[in-house]
Amino acid sequence: MLLRAAWRRAAVAVTAATGPKAAAPTRGLRLRVRDLAPQSAVPADTAAVPEAGPVLRPLYMDVQATTPLDPRVLDAMLPYLVNYYGNPHSRTHAYGWESEAAMERARQQVASLIGADPREIIFTSGATESNNIAIKGVARFYRSRKKHLITTQTEHKCVLDSCRSLEAEGFQVTYLPVQKSGIIDLKELEAAIQPDTSLVSVMTVNNEIGVKQPIAEIGRICSSRKVYFHTDAAQAVGKIPLDVNDMKIDLMSISGHKIYGPKGVGAVYIRRRPRVRVEALQSGGGQERGMRSGTVPTPLVVGLGAACEVAQQEMEYDHKRISKLAERLIQNIMKSLPDVVMNGDPEHHYPGCINLSFAYVEGESLLMALKDVALSSGSACTSASLEPSYVLRAIGTDEDLAHSSIRFGIGRFTTEEEVDYTVEKCIQHVKRLREMSPLWEMVQDGIDLKSIKWTQH
Amino acid sequence: MAASSRAQVLDLYRAMLRESKRFSAYNYRTYAVRRIRDGFRENKNVKDPVEIQTLVNKAKRDLGIIRRQVRCFTHVTQAGVQWRDLSSPQPPPPGFRQFSCLSLLSSWDYRHAPPCPANFLYFW
Repeated sequence: MLLRAAWRRAAVAVTAATGPKAAAPTRGLRLRVRDLAPQSAVPADTAAVPEAGPVLRPLYMDVQATTPLDPRVLDAMLPYLVNYYGNPHSRTHAYGWESEAAMERARQQVASLIGADPREIIFTSGATESNNIAIKGVARFYRSRKKHLITTQTEHKCVLDSCRSLEAEGFQVTYLPVQKSGIIDLKELEAAIQPDTSLVSVMTVNNEIGVKQPIAEIGRICSSRKVYFHTDAAQAVGKIPLDVNDMKIDLMSISGHKIYGPKGVGAVYIRRRPRVRVEALQSGGGQERGMRSGTVPTPLVVGLGAACEVAQQEMEYDHKRISKLAERLIQNIMKSLPDVVMNGDPEHHYPGCINLSFAYVEGESLLMALKDVALSSGSACTSASLEPSYVLRAIGTDEDLAHSSIRFGIGRFTTEEEVDYTVEKCIQHVKRLREMSPLWEMVQDGIDLKSIKWTQH
Repeated sequence: MAASSRAQVLDLYRAMLRESKRFSAYNYRTYAVRRIRDGFRENKNVKDPVEIQTLVNKAKRDLGIIRRQVRCFTHVTQAGVQWRDLSSPQPPPPGFRQFSCLSLLSSWDYRHAPPCPANFLYFW
């Protein structure tokens, strides 16, 4: 009994000790939640040794790939994961009614973020499904009279892939090129619209280079030519002000896990006035106005709604802060390192997504060197292959610069210390890698690399 | 109802900061502390008593959220540590509560109507 009491005292002492330790800011910089079993690098046979201390995890600077859950969002979701577990489509008992009420509240929260009516919001499993519904649904519904779609070369893979599958069904798709800035040419868009065009799809903020397309102007052009306008706003919702009526947007895709909400949920906005008809992709019990059958996951949509509401309140504060941190990161890197190029238009740009190319340094090796910082080069969807990103190719980046690009993501929870640490390590490793590079040596000697004729062996 | 006095607001501010510093995750901890400071500073010149009371009520709700989330995260991470030790041949220590997070959640009163996330409005 004495032994158990002593153990309990010791356990309390350990947890009390980790509290104040975790509060120290500089140590806390790389101090994270204790590493859980699946990611642990410690092999099973050493698990018998008591933990020496908390396991450090990298800084998270990849918010374009996904974002952590905001604690306010988790707080809203938990009751629906534990106690209020009813199916929102059960009409006969309180469990169903309370779930349905929560679902409708969430719908209102999402709608108010983008200036829409709640009846125009359909919950889906994410922006990929929303993009599929918007593009394939509209194209197939109007297939008897309209056979043409327009999109851009820098869209997300799910949009490009949906268009490719529609081409296999007999549709024609125009992939508009982008200028060096990453922004499309509006005159080219106007020229590409044909009498049988049903849909134009242009993403609001690009996930790789952070460029903001002129959505209001595109909306105006499409509305005057009576063509539906879809935008993939996964990276933009909750970060920049969007209004579907001011910008004349007919369809919009929203992703939960890009706005500090849960993964596995998203929404598609489908305009009702004038009505946009969409052919449903998923058949079933007719939920979500027949456009997306299947039980709506109450905890996830409550999370999405909460995330949208928090984003609406925090938008101005977050934007100001993220802009300041982005400025700090870019200035500090550019003043310490020569030959660094920022990809994408510097003016029409969302500050939280910074894509830099470091000349004479290979991107993957820089990422491996920066092992204390979670970064990416290009989008998560294409990170398995070693090909340079198609977005960078579309903006006309040289092959060698495209290979050396890194994307820095700054979000709501990013701190100044994290940015400073990332900058410091980035400068250190770029300098080190350049020292090892024979190309850098040649450039230092004044040789123009483009004039070299490389021989084959 | 009389509006909250300056002392009450300051007490609330200190309580929120104190709770926020107990987040075990670095990013949440630093965000909460920073946002609370900036939020209270932004609203320090509000004079209208009705507005002050609205802001104070929101802040009290937020304090509740912080308290619950700090406890929830602590339980989850403690449980995570224990799960890792379970892979070893040693038996789990006595007093180990694997579902401590769920027992915390049962304190959410499910006999009454569910909480209204629409009133989630933030003071900060």
